[in-house]
Amino acid sequence: MAVKSLADLKKMSSEFKNTVSLRENGDNVDSLIQIKVAMATCGIASGAKEVMDFYLEELDKQGIKAVVTQTGCMGYCYAEPTIEVKLPGKDPIVFGHVNVEKASEILEKYIKNGELVEGIIPVNYETVK
Amino acid sequence: MTHYRFHILCCGGTGCKASNSAGIVRKFEAVLKEKNINDVQVITTGCFGFCEKGPIVKILPDNTFYVQVKEDDVENIVNEHIIKGRKVERLLYTDPKSEGHVSDSKHMGFYKKQMRIALRNCGFINPEDIREYIAREGYAALGKVLTEMTPEAAIDEMTKSGLRGRGGAGFPTGLKWGFARKSVADQKYVVCNADEGDPGAFMDRSILEGDPHSVIEAMAICGYCIGATKGLVYIRAEYPLAIKRLQIAIDQAREYGLLGKDILGTGFEFDIELRYGAGAFVCGEETALIHSMEGQRGEPTVKPPFPAVKGYMGKPTNVNNVETFANVPVIYLKGADWFNKIGTEKSKGTKVFALAGKINNVGLIEVPMGTTLREIIYEIGGGIKGGKKFKAVQTGGPSGGCLTEKDLDTPVDYESLAAAKSIMGSGGMIVMDEDNCMVAIAKFYLDFTVDESCGKCTPCRVGNKRMNEILDKIIKGNGTMEDIELLKNLATVIQDTALCGLGQTAPNPVLSTLNNFYDEYVAHVKDKKCPAGQCKDLLSYVINPDKCMGCTACARKCPVAAITGTVKQPHKIDQAKCIKCGTCLDTCKFGAISKQ
Amino acid sequence: MAKATIKINRQYLKEIKEVCESFNYEKGQLINVLKKTQEKIGYLPAEVQMVIAEELKVPVAKVYGVVSFYSFFTMVPKGKYPISICLGTACYVRGAEGILQEVERQLGINPGETTPDGLFSLDCLRCIGACGLAPVIMIGEKVYPRVTPNKVKEILDEYRK
Repeated sequence: MAVKSLADLKKMSSEFKNTVSLRENGDNVDSLIQIKVAMATCGIASGAKEVMDFYLEELDKQGIKAVVTQTGCMGYCYAEPTIEVKLPGKDPIVFGHVNVEKASEILEKYIKNGELVEGIIPVNYETVK
Repeated sequence: MTHYRFHILCCGGTGCKASNSAGIVRKFEAVLKEKNINDVQVITTGCFGFCEKGPIVKILPDNTFYVQVKEDDVENIVNEHIIKGRKVERLLYTDPKSEGHVSDSKHMGFYKKQMRIALRNCGFINPEDIREYIAREGYAALGKVLTEMTPEAAIDEMTKSGLRGRGGAGFPTGLKWGFARKSVADQKYVVCNADEGDPGAFMDRSILEGDPHSVIEAMAICGYCIGATKGLVYIRAEYPLAIKRLQIAIDQAREYGLLGKDILGTGFEFDIELRYGAGAFVCGEETALIHSMEGQRGEPTVKPPFPAVKGYMGKPTNVNNVETFANVPVIYLKGADWFNKIGTEKSKGTKVFALAGKINNVGLIEVPMGTTLREIIYEIGGGIKGGKKFKAVQTGGPSGGCLTEKDLDTPVDYESLAAAKSIMGSGGMIVMDEDNCMVAIAKFYLDFTVDESCGKCTPCRVGNKRMNEILDKIIKGNGTMEDIELLKNLATVIQDTALCGLGQTAPNPVLSTLNNFYDEYVAHVKDKKCPAGQCKDLLSYVINPDKCMGCTACARKCPVAAITGTVKQPHKIDQAKCIKCGTCLDTCKFGAISKQ
Repeated sequence: MAKATIKINRQYLKEIKEVCESFNYEKGQLINVLKKTQEKIGYLPAEVQMVIAEELKVPVAKVYGVVSFYSFFTMVPKGKYPISICLGTACYVRGAEGILQEVERQLGINPGETTPDGLFSLDCLRCIGACGLAPVIMIGEKVYPRVTPNKVKEILDEYRK
């Protein structure tokens, strides 16, 4: 998988843009539910791993096609564990204080029905792209 | 799938709550019910970080952003926006520059006080998957530098960007690279200082845990610039997750040929190894760090020689901190001119802070240089916890100082913070309220320095210990006014004579609290009182017999059985037994117990 | 120090030698060797330091100098459940000192010590980075967030069963 030149790298970058979050699903990335769990030390300390495990297991059990990945610190330490959920065609939403119970509520209400639940954290920063 | 046409998001952050956001939620629910609208959901959210314009109401899916909404506006919003689909212009945010209304929150990035450059990938990508980093232009900066720029040109670009060291001292990065480039040697080293020692700072850990590749890429760029083929990351052994992710990232970069020989077919060679720090604050100092990497006690040595001339294994070495490196790839991708426009005249770019202490939104934040402390504490941080009164904010950790109410409008940049008698430091920012005793805080930091002093030079080894003893005396109520004078003298001598940065800055917390809170020191000495009610030897817990209902709750909770009394009769605290843990105060429902 | 009488069991001796070998007996790798050895044996008593000194061909004094310099290294065995009280600034301003005093009182030991039954050892550390959850304590790998003095007994009792 070695990148041999800058041209190689550029090609790879645009390829990964489309496929990377897809893993083995083969669909268009925007047609999938994407869940990111913030798993830095403080997130894990407050139970992020349990939440991640819950989604991996439960989505599989219920046959819901989704991509669950870990990510780094989102910055909202006061509200750990935090997750970001992106439904197809919608803006991503960050939820805070997500324990397994809350995770289940988010699954039942937001992911399945598009109904929002308490605990939304508005993104209060701009990121360079 | 979606049954809702609109979502109405009402901010439930502390600031907005104080201006009746709960009433607005109730009003929305009532109005929607009255009009029989079922396909709109009202929901309370966390803080938008725009408290000055609160309460905030945001409507999805069109991202309309209403500010300073009152209960009386609710009906109007429902009638116009929800029913007729027309935005309520008068409630939209007015851009102070163009004086035009801004309706879509996606176009109001400027209201967001935070700007993420160093943290750009944290919380976005999976740090254990190099492909996600590459998908976000990862390693493109390295590619650009290797193929389009000479090392000299790349260093010039870095100098032009104005990036300064984020470890605390703020030395211009381009200049530092230039020094290392000029040294002639058969081997040079690039070192990443990830020995984050300030207690209460976790920026570097978060970057390594969330975006390790940006540091690897930057180190390779630095290697190309100064002519080094070897990189070393000196990382605290106390950060197991950061170590694990960094190692995974290094392995993946090697596998992709982005570390190793002939990178991107350019003939450039670079590789990285880890070295572990083992818990010594002084190792953040670059000469001490280098000794530690060589397997010795991490004691600093006098500069010069600077590491750029004689560093690791006696070879020219460039040491930069994690956050500094995290800024590097973006600077090459977007150009020095782009970076140069962010921040203030002398401090360019952004700074990451670990905002913690008595603040509502404890968090990892990144703001452009020049943002004021007030904006950070009251807007991003959402104000002081529990509605208490702000007392001080500490920046720079054990080497820094306390800033008070009068300093709140100080812009955060290297010069302004220094002028206000604190320092930028590595990014710890601890907020304190009226319940924190400033003498105790000074002692807390000094305890830390005494613990961490390497013992090589006398001013630090002995002087700080003496200062600590004096503070202990004052806190226990045995201090005299002469002690305060002695404290000042000692502090100045240590500042002037200690060998390294750790020793020279160790008295800062004492001097800065003496400057700003002299009265508090005097109260401990003369009145034998701790105004904040924190110093245990100077306070006692008492039960007000008029308020005590004799419910026995405190007596049952007291861990040392110091509280006695019969049911429904006022209780008493035996001061000889009391250990002043404060459990009774927290337990009492009738406000009968107080600290004196 | 040519012939130090070493009172450690063979298994440990073998492991220490393996660690030294894995770092090619490089003097510059002393800290890494100590770290690995502590991971395997749990602590670094004088005897262990002597073996390492002999293997790497450095004076014992130098090894001791390094072990005593860094707070990560310990010369006494830790308890079955090592307790770490975070005394970082964020935890401190939110009352970590009171937690420490309560733990000391409950266990009857000071920081750096181990209970006589070997169940608990107590240490202070500076910031694990969970400032949002302050004050925190760690028992083994588990982090207890927002601890108050009256929760301490309950937490310790979990481990006493």
